[in-house]
Amino acid sequence: MKKITFTLNGESRTVAVAPHEVLLDVLRDKLGVKSPKVGCERGDCGACTILLDGKPVRSCLILAVEVEGQEITTLEGVGRDGPTPLQESFIRHNAFQCGFCAPGIVLAATALLEKNPKPTAHEVQEAISGNLCRCTGYEAIIESAVEAGRQGTARARKPAARKSANR
Amino acid sequence: MSIACEFDYRKPKTLSKAIKLLAKRGRDARVLAGGTDLVGWLRDSLVAPDLLVDIKGFEELKGIGFKNRALVLGALATFSDVLESELVAQHFPLLREMAGMVASNGVRNRATVVGNICSAVPCCDAGPVLQVYNAVVHVRGPNGKRRVPIGQWFLGPRKTAIRPGEIVTSVTVPLPAKKAAGCFVKLKRYRGEDLAQASVAVLAFSGREYRLAFGAVAPIAVRGPRTEALLKGQKLSAGLLEEAGKLAVEEIVPITDIRSTKEYRSLMVEVMVRRALKTAAARLAGRGPAYGINVMEEDTP
Ligand code: FES
Ligand code: FES
Repeated sequence: MKKITFTLNGESRTVAVAPHEVLLDVLRDKLGVKSPKVGCERGDCGACTILLDGKPVRSCLILAVEVEGQEITTLEGVGRDGPTPLQESFIRHNAFQCGFCAPGIVLAATALLEKNPKPTAHEVQEAISGNLCRCTGYEAIIESAVEAGRQGTARARKPAARKSANR
Repeated sequence: MSIACEFDYRKPKTLSKAIKLLAKRGRDARVLAGGTDLVGWLRDSLVAPDLLVDIKGFEELKGIGFKNRALVLGALATFSDVLESELVAQHFPLLREMAGMVASNGVRNRATVVGNICSAVPCCDAGPVLQVYNAVVHVRGPNGKRRVPIGQWFLGPRKTAIRPGEIVTSVTVPLPAKKAAGCFVKLKRYRGEDLAQASVAVLAFSGREYRLAFGAVAPIAVRGPRTEALLKGQKLSAGLLEEAGKLAVEEIVPITDIRSTKEYRSLMVEVMVRRALKTAAARLAGRGPAYGINVMEEDTP
């Protein structure tokens, strides 16, 4: 066992792991963070997406020991103070159905909007490439992210944005 | 499904310590960079090392640079780094076109170009493109440094010229001496992120010189020397393109696997070669389609 320390959603966490333990499993089973989903476990579906030092990556293809000292954000961290304008936009567009893909897609789109605040539909498509959704056909997902970009930054949690959820 | 085999994990402070460790442990040890292949292989029990040596801490292996008229892709440079590099966009657009077709954004943020050619699966996307650029693999080991031309790098599926104890530190891509333009064509089962059923890379130079390489249609990424000789100095007429496509098929040895039959691969390579040549030549003349389009979705012969 190795003790590793990293930042998880803004808090420093220390956990003992064996080198062969996969980050996705450690997040879910040892740290109780359940938004990253177990899908294909081979990098193809994006359900396990997390942000590692701000970049979307596949947590099923990372060993937990590798993230010592790094910063991880999951959906729990993004939506901690209530839904972000991006998430509000997803709600308005009814962008998800079963929601299994949602954590990964929200994170991938959040990272995109931080880098590129007003993405085109094509740029959104590229950013969520490999985040498979078996329910929706993607149109509403892409439109939500484009619209969130048009309306302001992804993470800013303005009261105005909160209001739109209660519409 | 979790990883069944147990192993040690070390992240040495310096590159020379890492090399010492790898030399001592020989074939029981494996280098870990992005891990997008390796973690999958561990899970599938394709490999069972006793030790993983994580090289992600080494500053000297990071990033993309330019030295001695060659692009330097550090061993830790990811496909996303390639896509974000101004240098690559300006001078190595074929490399960029290929990087954009590798898996998905979330994988490209972690997967390295060097890792791609170290995994050396027959369908690796970087292989054919590095082949036509005449790239050089730079290796450091217990006996010092050596350079391996990409043409001698791939030995077989998942087999490379690397020796126990060695680490690839970078791959360098010489800037073409003449004006050049390229085209990378990747055939997939569907529009999304798939491994290649077949791939073709073409680099066309002013003066009517062409380099061709193929992926996923032989045990390794291979050049097409006979097709290159046929085309040398010639104008790409419809007749010549036809001939080139047919000859290219003789230079490959495709097999049937889960993604395609060997017959389909051969038929498609013929078409892909024609289109890649035409597109590269048009780009060289300054009137080709933008890099990044999928020429297999175009309505041309
Ligand atoms: S579970 Fe990680 S990509 Fe599918
Ligand atoms: S909403 Fe069901 S998978 Fe996307």
